[in-house]
Amino acid sequence: MKRNNTTSNNIYTLLLGMLALVPATVLAAPTGQALSFTCAGCHGTDGSSVGPSMPAIAGMDPEVFVDAMKAYRDDQRNPTIMNRMAKAYSDKQFKDMAWFFAGQRLHLFPQEHDAAMAARGAELHKKYCEKCHENGGRPGDAGTLAGQWMPYLEYTMDDFLNGKRKWPRKMRRKVDAAIADEGQEAVPAIIHYYGSQQ
Amino acid sequence: MTDINRRTFLRTTGGVAALGATIGFPTLALGAVRRVVVIGGGAGGATAAKYLRKLDSNISVTLIEAKPNYTSCFMSNEVLSGERTLDSITFGYDGLRRHGVEVVIDRAVGIDPVKKRVQTAGGNGFDYDACVVSPGIGFKWEAIEGYNEQVSKETIPHAWYAGPQTELLRRQIQAMPEGGRVIVVAPPNPFKCPPGPYERASQIAMYCKHHNPKAKVIILDPKFAFSKKGLYTEGWTKLYGYGTDNSMIEWIGGHEGGTVEGVDPATLTLQTEFEEVQGDVINIIPAQKAGAIAFAADLVDGDWCPVDKQTFESKRHKDIYVLGDASSAAKMPKSAYAANSQAKVAVAAIVARFQGMEPGDPTFVNTCYSVVGEDFGISVAAVYGLDAKNNMIMPIKGAGGLSPANASPEIRQREVSYAHSWFKNVINDMLE
Repeated sequence: MKRNNTTSNNIYTLLLGMLALVPATVLAAPTGQALSFTCAGCHGTDGSSVGPSMPAIAGMDPEVFVDAMKAYRDDQRNPTIMNRMAKAYSDKQFKDMAWFFAGQRLHLFPQEHDAAMAARGAELHKKYCEKCHENGGRPGDAGTLAGQWMPYLEYTMDDFLNGKRKWPRKMRRKVDAAIADEGQEAVPAIIHYYGSQQ
Repeated sequence: MTDINRRTFLRTTGGVAALGATIGFPTLALGAVRRVVVIGGGAGGATAAKYLRKLDSNISVTLIEAKPNYTSCFMSNEVLSGERTLDSITFGYDGLRRHGVEVVIDRAVGIDPVKKRVQTAGGNGFDYDACVVSPGIGFKWEAIEGYNEQVSKETIPHAWYAGPQTELLRRQIQAMPEGGRVIVVAPPNPFKCPPGPYERASQIAMYCKHHNPKAKVIILDPKFAFSKKGLYTEGWTKLYGYGTDNSMIEWIGGHEGGTVEGVDPATLTLQTEFEEVQGDVINIIPAQKAGAIAFAADLVDGDWCPVDKQTFESKRHKDIYVLGDASSAAKMPKSAYAANSQAKVAVAAIVARFQGMEPGDPTFVNTCYSVVGEDFGISVAAVYGLDAKNNMIMPIKGAGGLSPANASPEIRQREVSYAHSWFKNVINDMLE
């Protein structure tokens, strides 16, 4: 029985290998994998950034990925470098990279955080954020928040709050309500909550 | 669910297997273990070793590196300012060992391209099916009269490999008399890390600003311009009084007599085209060429190693791939990110060829951060594709480029944070 398993595993690996090879001879452009490998120097191997401020992109929803890249390409965010990178790629290449990263397991790393703030942030998250950022902000059909690098989340929220990034639908109202509820500590508390997650 | 999928998959692909058998995949059928020997454990070699194992764990990978630990030259300028320690940029090879790479601490001294065997100083031979050579740079000591390796170790460090010389330079800067002069001698093109000498001058100025505010840093440069010059000038003006009488940094380009021809280590005096210049601390970054093994193994044409830019295979010897600073990879700069990116292209080509396939089209990225001072980071970046006809790596038009001029303090501050983040991630991508 065990032997059968090993044999079929070998065949399986062999077949996977062959399947992977077939397109390589046909494609006349860099593969999604080749394109995505170039991101690792900043976003970590296969998109699991080791921080402290460049965001993890492994396991990202492909649509969120493509939307983000398009926004960078169109100078619609407040980027430092991603706008310059994104202009090099076609929509097709964005999609190829999106599917590569969507298929990667996200590795999270412990971050220093304030436990009391994180606890308060957890409540705020539930009340104001969970509806769109489901499962505590784990990768889904909105950007990855759970375990995301905190300085990156701070930059992103600063940009939203200072009018340097367009709010997604309803988000502004929710953030305003959280701040009305908790004061200026609301956003930092939510960020500490996300940073506390493993 | 998963099981059913897998069973269906196996059944469906049974046909493909039969097809594969008739077309023939000799290497897969024989199951021979392919051996790759990687020479050099820096940004190019370490990345190549890791990604070879990652893409095909059946490949036997041996990394030959002279030093038991890797100290990155990138971020070593922050050691000079005291922002970080040498320990914080020093890493072991256990991460690669965990990937199944055999790490041999020895120096490669020759490659026999016919027998396909690497020879080491320790007297061992390593047979290969493919060899990756990523030795970094060597120095053209003869370019400045009076300068040599011995002088660099004792009196006038180059510190263009980080390590003991970085610490020597750091101690010299700390011991400098009040209002002293540091002279940084920049190299001619091409050289490793084009913005590096100017970041170094910046980091030394940052140290002096806090500890020796009347000190000056003078850059003597044979070139008429340098990487990110506009952005450096902006940062120096903001942070170090550049352009005023009290500027902490002075840049003397080739058009102003910045070319250094000789040095007297005993008196710390440099001979330029026009005059003698004396310093309290001197750092000479010599002119550069490919590392020694590239010459020993007949991989060079002039100072650098010509490669087929689709695969990074040597133009001089088959089955040898030359990466990083030692390769002639125009129009990519000689940088850690470039070497890391080239390694993945070479690895994909090696793996494809082992499987009897044609290598795919390459894609490359370079990003390069410099920390000019407190909360002042700048960058340059590019995405590259292959111009196969001319064997040139061309930046994609309309993309890449420099940080914007006169950007907000917030953007400059974020680029410092991203510089440190880049450092952690690229090290992790190489070694973990």
